Amino acid sequence: MGTVTMPETKAPTESRRLIEMSWDPITRVVGSLGIHTKIDFERRAVAECYATSSIFRGYSIFMQGKDPRDAHFISSRICGICGDNHATCSVYAQNMAFGVRPPSMAEWIINLGEAAEYMFDHCLFQDNLVAVDFCERMVQETNPAVLHKANRTEAPHASAHGYRTIGDIMRALNPFSGELYREALQMSRLCREMFCLMEGRHVHPSTLYPGGVGTVPSIQVFTDYLTRLMKYVDYMKRMVPLHDDLFNFIYDAMPGYEQVGKRRILLACWGAWNDPAVCDYDYKRMADWGRAMYVTPGIIIDGRLVTNNLVDINLGIRILLGSSFYEDWTASPTFVSHDPLGNPVDRQHPWNQTTIPRPQSRDFKSRYSWVMSPRWYNKETGDYLAMDTGGGPLARLWSTALSGLVDFGYVKATGQGVEIRLPKTGLKPEMKLEWKIPPWSNTIERDRARSYFQAYAAAAALYFVEQAMKDVYAGRSRTFTEFEVPNDAIGCGFHESVRGVLSHHMVIRDGTIANYHPYPPTPWNASPRDIYGTPGPYEDAVQNSPLFEESSAETFKGIDIMRTVRSFDPCLPCGVHMYTGGGRLIEARHSPMFGVQG
Amino acid sequence: MAIPTVLADREPDVKEVHVLWMTSGLSCDGDTISTTNASLPSIEDVVMGNIPGLPKVSLHNPVLAYEAGEELMQFWYDAEQGKLDPFLLVIEGSIPNEQIKKEGYWAAMGTDRRTGQPITTCEWIDRLAPKAWGVVAAGTCATYGGVHAMTGNPTGCMGLADYLGWQWRSKADLPVVNVPGCPVQPDNMMETLLYLLYEAAGLAPMIPLDEELRPTWLFGKTVHEGCDRAGYYEQADFSHEYGSPKCLVKTGCWGPVANCNVTKRGWMDGVGGCPNVGGVCIGCTMPGFPDKFMPFMDEPSGARLSSIAVASYGTTIRTLRGITNDTVNKEPKWRHPTTELNTGYKPQYYESEK
Repeated sequence: MGTVTMPETKAPTESRRLIEMSWDPITRVVGSLGIHTKIDFERRAVAECYATSSIFRGYSIFMQGKDPRDAHFISSRICGICGDNHATCSVYAQNMAFGVRPPSMAEWIINLGEAAEYMFDHCLFQDNLVAVDFCERMVQETNPAVLHKANRTEAPHASAHGYRTIGDIMRALNPFSGELYREALQMSRLCREMFCLMEGRHVHPSTLYPGGVGTVPSIQVFTDYLTRLMKYVDYMKRMVPLHDDLFNFIYDAMPGYEQVGKRRILLACWGAWNDPAVCDYDYKRMADWGRAMYVTPGIIIDGRLVTNNLVDINLGIRILLGSSFYEDWTASPTFVSHDPLGNPVDRQHPWNQTTIPRPQSRDFKSRYSWVMSPRWYNKETGDYLAMDTGGGPLARLWSTALSGLVDFGYVKATGQGVEIRLPKTGLKPEMKLEWKIPPWSNTIERDRARSYFQAYAAAAALYFVEQAMKDVYAGRSRTFTEFEVPNDAIGCGFHESVRGVLSHHMVIRDGTIANYHPYPPTPWNASPRDIYGTPGPYEDAVQNSPLFEESSAETFKGIDIMRTVRSFDPCLPCGVHMYTGGGRLIEARHSPMFGVQG
Repeated sequence: MAIPTVLADREPDVKEVHVLWMTSGLSCDGDTISTTNASLPSIEDVVMGNIPGLPKVSLHNPVLAYEAGEELMQFWYDAEQGKLDPFLLVIEGSIPNEQIKKEGYWAAMGTDRRTGQPITTCEWIDRLAPKAWGVVAAGTCATYGGVHAMTGNPTGCMGLADYLGWQWRSKADLPVVNVPGCPVQPDNMMETLLYLLYEAAGLAPMIPLDEELRPTWLFGKTVHEGCDRAGYYEQADFSHEYGSPKCLVKTGCWGPVANCNVTKRGWMDGVGGCPNVGGVCIGCTMPGFPDKFMPFMDEPSGARLSSIAVASYGTTIRTLRGITNDTVNKEPKWRHPTTELNTGYKPQYYESEK
């Protein structure tokens, strides 16, 4: 049985006047995304939504037959903003396949690099791409009454961030002219310097290898990282309260805004940052080392933690077709019938997937996307669930909070939330932040969680620097373990890319790659309706979402839709690492037209 | 004496230059993201007019744009109709071959208002390249095809000069300007754009490019020539595993034959890089990338020969330098706290009494 995650939209009736509107491309996201909607202006709600995209590259095809050690060099190029997440995940999968355990120093270096990636990417996305939807210039255009109110609303945490009113915050977020916008650009560069200290280059790292890293661990490299990190810690002490003020104001200024982008709580997190004391990359012990990660993996259904076992998570992954331009792989070989623990592996699992593209016209009534539909099979209910990542941070915080396993001095999971300690900096005393599990999985909470996770990543980085320095002081400076590439092997890697769940599944036959399937967050989030008719998360988060924009249909900007789509932190190169693009748009449609801006 | 004209007093030849940046080749958007990393100059330095002599610069890039959908596409339509003049067209991503199939498309941007069909990236290149003041290929995918053009790829993709023709010239008589790198080194990209903006403003001569259409001042040297580990190579002191500070050719580094300045420039403001920080050079700036460099972790065949050739010289020199190094690590013997003065000076009035 399939699961419909939201009440199914009735076919538009004659009495309902729906206007078709599309935005292609959606900007301020990575990659080519189009959103096609039918909007009911009388009820101020979105009736239907379809997500499409428009680029095809073919990684899983051209990776076949290549040397398995090349997998992370190649797969890094899937994504231009979080390529290192792919490289890291690929290295994890290779470590499993090659049976190699890197020295602890290598793990601290990777963890520090990945922490810098979260800090950089969330910073850039939150305040240079998302925040533009909340900046003065935008709100003036879409909701002048809200801006009017913002200018008269005192910011509750003004003493922490220095902006007296919400309007002042909005002005500081204006592109280029706003000082917060420019500061975020600068901070994102500082974080990328930290990243480069660990992984060589951003965005496609140069120093990652299966078995370890090439980075030379030295007092200098960690000191260079730490001193930059403390600037970011200080920045977080301003930015988390600032975003809280901004997002709480949105709820206050537009009552009912919690319904915008709200969907059933179906959150997935694959865990981040391995603990070298526990993680040996052996599949048979994956449940243990998965639970030891510094962000706990988990599947959350209707607010309940269903599992935090990476083996269960792995076995539940299904790649469904339905609305995508592929043929099923019924005639293709089964690469992996059972996992190393003897559990049966499904035909629709990434290990067994064969992608058979079949380009055709785009038809929203049948097939309309190159993105497949990853789902998680819930064996308790028999449902194929359209899990989302909440843009990454929401699922990470929620999963970590519910499991209650993380407690490393700077971060503590409490069951109801996550406590984050930011130590004293030059002019600011220690600050304790607490992210609490929200009542909704919606647009604003996805955005709010991003800000808290920036602080979480900084706190985790502080811990990792301390561990790395302990290794340096103790003379444990090796960063690489030798390995042999086996003739036949399988491997899987689980990681959190910036915007959510990331898995790489590899099958090696005759010493080369026989099958390789990466599943980043965006196929989960941007997937089309599956074979059971279940819409993907973007689609059902936008569908039935109320609209608060004050403009009429003629000048409609779709700001609430844009905010919802961007709250997921779309990254289409990831979403469509294999096949993006579409057929032809069949339906006649109306595209909103505006005057040229600035 | 005539007062020299300084940039601050000189009006640029054109008041405004638009930059239309398309990320919709077969790309990962990594070149745009990398460019946001630049600080020499930064995007905001150029867009906000923080550099003397520049015309106003209006940047239109889907990853950074304020506008969405048709509102953004309007700049593309205006450029096509000659309303944005002059403009620089920046292409990111490999250019797919749309001729190898019956229907559908590999890469597109925006939707045709009249037909409702997507507008392919190739169509946009065909429409805009003849109108552009200059065309820049950003990153190795756009310059030479890159990763997406590796063997076994299903799209038949290629670089922009392969698509337009290597002899192609813009209406200002510029060839395609290639800034390779996977992704582009941030400052290499912005520095090239800055040069072209100066050229468009009439303040710089024709951009100097090599045969592969790369700016000569950025790609004229090899990785090895700028590498701070080249001294290890000279002394035949090679790393045999990752994480060592020595020369990496035995573990897969192609630096001696790859044109790139990353070892001189670092990745950002001198931080990071490739072999200088422990990452083997995989030749990501090169037209032969990636196939000619794979498998990346094996020693390049040329390195096997050259490292043998350098071995006898290098080990001898290393031994001799070791001896000298020991010598220069010792202070001269006259530095001591005794009652003797052995520096060679003969004091006349303050000799200690014995």
